[in-house]
Amino acid sequence: MTTPPRRYHAPVWDEPVVFELGYPGRRGQIFGTPDEPIATTDLVPSGARRRTPPALPELSEPEVLRHYLHLAQMTLGMMGVSLFGTCTMKYNAPVAESLAARPQLAELHPYQDESTLQGVLEIIHNFDLILRELSGMDQFVFQPGGGADAAYTHCCVTRAYFAASGELAQRDEIVTSIQAHPCNAATAAAAGFKVVTLMLEDNGYPSLDALKAAIGPRTAALMINNPDDMGVYNPQIMEWVRLVHEAGGLAFYDHANFNGVMGRLRARELGFDACMYMLHKTFGAPKGGGGPAVGAYGCSAALAPFLPGPVITRTDGRYRLDDDRPQSAGRVREFWGNVPQVMKAYAWARAMGADGIREAADLSVIGNNYMEKRLLQIDGVGKSHPHLTQHRLEMTRMSLEKLKEQTGIGTLEVQNRMVDFGIDAYWLSHEPWLVPEPFTPEAGEMYGKEDLDLWVDVIAHIAAEARAIPDVVKTAPHNQAIAQLKPDWLEDPQRWAMTWRAYLRKHRPPPQPTRNAAE
Amino acid sequence: MAHPYMANSVPALKRAMLDDIGVADVETLFEQIPAAHRLQRPLDLPPALASENELRRHLASLLAKNASCEENLNFLGAGCWQHYVPAVCDEIVRRTEWLHSVFGSPSSDHGRNQAWFEFASQLGELVGFDLVGLPVYSWGCAAGHAIRMAARLTGRREVLVPRLIDPERLAVIRNYCEPPQMASHIAIRFVEPDAATGMLDLDDLRAKLSTRTAAVYIETPGYLGVIEARAREITALARAAGAETIIGADPISLGVLAPPGELGADIAVGPTQPLGVHMNCGGGTGGYIATRDEERYARQYPTLMISIAETLRPGEFGFGLSLFHQTSYGLREKGNDWTGNSVYMWAVANAAYMALLGPQGFRELGELILSRARHAARLLETIPGVRVRWPGNLFKEFVVDFTATGRTVRDINKALLDHSIFGGKDLSAELPQYGQSALWCVTEIHSRQDIERLAETLKGILGQ
Repeated sequence: MTTPPRRYHAPVWDEPVVFELGYPGRRGQIFGTPDEPIATTDLVPSGARRRTPPALPELSEPEVLRHYLHLAQMTLGMMGVSLFGTCTMKYNAPVAESLAARPQLAELHPYQDESTLQGVLEIIHNFDLILRELSGMDQFVFQPGGGADAAYTHCCVTRAYFAASGELAQRDEIVTSIQAHPCNAATAAAAGFKVVTLMLEDNGYPSLDALKAAIGPRTAALMINNPDDMGVYNPQIMEWVRLVHEAGGLAFYDHANFNGVMGRLRARELGFDACMYMLHKTFGAPKGGGGPAVGAYGCSAALAPFLPGPVITRTDGRYRLDDDRPQSAGRVREFWGNVPQVMKAYAWARAMGADGIREAADLSVIGNNYMEKRLLQIDGVGKSHPHLTQHRLEMTRMSLEKLKEQTGIGTLEVQNRMVDFGIDAYWLSHEPWLVPEPFTPEAGEMYGKEDLDLWVDVIAHIAAEARAIPDVVKTAPHNQAIAQLKPDWLEDPQRWAMTWRAYLRKHRPPPQPTRNAAE
Repeated sequence: MAHPYMANSVPALKRAMLDDIGVADVETLFEQIPAAHRLQRPLDLPPALASENELRRHLASLLAKNASCEENLNFLGAGCWQHYVPAVCDEIVRRTEWLHSVFGSPSSDHGRNQAWFEFASQLGELVGFDLVGLPVYSWGCAAGHAIRMAARLTGRREVLVPRLIDPERLAVIRNYCEPPQMASHIAIRFVEPDAATGMLDLDDLRAKLSTRTAAVYIETPGYLGVIEARAREITALARAAGAETIIGADPISLGVLAPPGELGADIAVGPTQPLGVHMNCGGGTGGYIATRDEERYARQYPTLMISIAETLRPGEFGFGLSLFHQTSYGLREKGNDWTGNSVYMWAVANAAYMALLGPQGFRELGELILSRARHAARLLETIPGVRVRWPGNLFKEFVVDFTATGRTVRDINKALLDHSIFGGKDLSAELPQYGQSALWCVTEIHSRQDIERLAETLKGILGQ
């Protein structure tokens, strides 16, 4: 047994659910009283009035603040080391956060007169230019509320493009690969397309023959990532795009895994018609546990007329919202996107500059290869496609298959134990698991060598524990705010409770009145 | 020079790591990428602003070119509303612990998961439902998903929506309903308003309800601010036709307006931005979906859901993802629509906001908004030539018709801007039948003096 890499324990507050706090009559906010006494009976039609007040908790302002601060403290997030693969854990600089909180951004309404929005429009336009340079595309929009929404946007743009050419009814298929993020297949289906999924060959990507067999007059688009999240780059991708174009389809580059190739290749030069970047991942905006996020969607000039509006343009030194776009795919979401996140991404790109961005790509690939080498030295740890000898890019799909065979401890147990050392739970793999017992660290460029070493040391320590004290691993975590969840409530309709109200009904029913024997 | 954001950018450290890997230079690590794929020149980007001081000055100077709703008097609403955001909400959402968090695990990100559960639970109390998903991108997206849920539930492919719907929201719904060329297209049919009241024309609704109707979608308050007084009749008509009813409701109104669950809705949707999130130029937008906790509905949600659950430690509770397998993460194209990153940090702001207000706060806030909006409408109506459409039944928004003044909304708003007032949204192009009309929004942020200043300024502009 190795010594534990460090001592750690999460804050424990035993914080009750907010409904169990407070006292009737307490209040956390006063908004003022109407200037003249009003009766809602005069102002609201009788059928539309609320009769019973909502059963919300009643708390003083400091109670609310302390409650949520306690909850924040019981969130590990990036407080330790988080190498959550596919999400590109990155520094979210407070300077951008404090600027985004200024009223000149926070208190803007998207329908204000353009003359009052010149600053924010300039920021968005300038960031659009940066993404154009990184991708070779001709126009970006920021309306999509995440990477999946950008994939959906591509499906909407594809529909509009083929509707304009009269081919939409015929081109009803979208081709993707089993290693593309599930959102590509899912958004294609939600947009009404039939999904054709290509499987991988031994070399880690689908064959050209499989692609050729899949495309034809029904093909609307290819939606693909490269490298994939195993770290494998498809060297035939230009030929793929050429074949899809030859078949009359569009090619969309899901650039979720952009961090390792920033500054080294450009989507448009590989032939792609469109691509997307996640500003809350690759571009330094915070993740917020899952948004507000931005899937920046960019495309060629040929596709630009079909973009959802409005598009921000610059003419004669003035910035405009161009919404006079008859062929536009309309809207994928109201307004122009999560504007503060766009500003934070712009701040990140300016703080990095061209050299810094390229350096970040280098460091993320160095970090991954450094970790991979160390991880593979641990007994029980393997990786996907071990016969592929070329270096992986910014991620490698690792596997604990051997450890599981040897000890019965698999990736889920190790994931639960990681957090006992202040290391955020790692990413496993998207569905389906092509690699048994997968885990996927992504070093990124932010963490130092010491942090990467700590992460690997923790894996090594847990692998040793799996042999020596497996029960400790199986019942982990032990140093967290709460213990492991029992899975049995989460999928059982009799027991799951997504609200406090449902919990009370299912688990704390009021006592039934005793029946009178005479009845 | 090492970069402040990158610990391994010290050249000696980088060299040491390359040595550990066993490669001579970093280029070797990119050996998978063929030469023909590579960019052959350096990136041409604006110069780096390496010092934080420079970066801050640059961004601050750009932001200074904006004129905000704080130093101006704003009456724009229409899907993005200026409400007061308590400072506690701002403090809480900027906490690094959860602001920088990613997926995590129920034990290690316990606090964040609990906050999400409290979002769903408190929103459930407001809307009168006990099943609430984690938020989606916006109200329009929530409505789109709800319509698709209804289509799956009923096997029908037509939705009835009010003619008077926000075109921004409708454009989103149109995408979710897919174009007619797609086999899974859902047809949108519009139900006309009753011209006298601005509410739905029930005769038109009856005429359009059929065995093809998957869902009736209504909003209260509607796009133009009117409270739908006959929602119960509408939900009963829809039910009799075998359709689902989806009610879109602004949760900030639900201290005084009846919750969708009580009105007979099957699915409630709406915006989350009013609950403690700044407008952020439209970037505060979020949406919710809620229903009764019945399997029939639960199995159709596209969203992530958080359930309370027992832990291995007796008496202890945590919060974990429920019904994950039916999402796109679990089933790819066979999942319900799709999910992904959304607006989960705003859900934490929403939770804190609802806890701050409590039942009294929501009632008082609702009454204050009703009173201020009604006062503004009444005052504007005293200006000759200015007419308020449906002044007797509104929550926070209302239509001001300037046609009789002989001036265009565009002109009037331009003149108001010179007085640091942002006038209501111009409706003249989208609703030409209402002439020179605009949609005005009055909330608790408007004092009586603000409203009087507006009325006086308008009088001046209109030459009275």
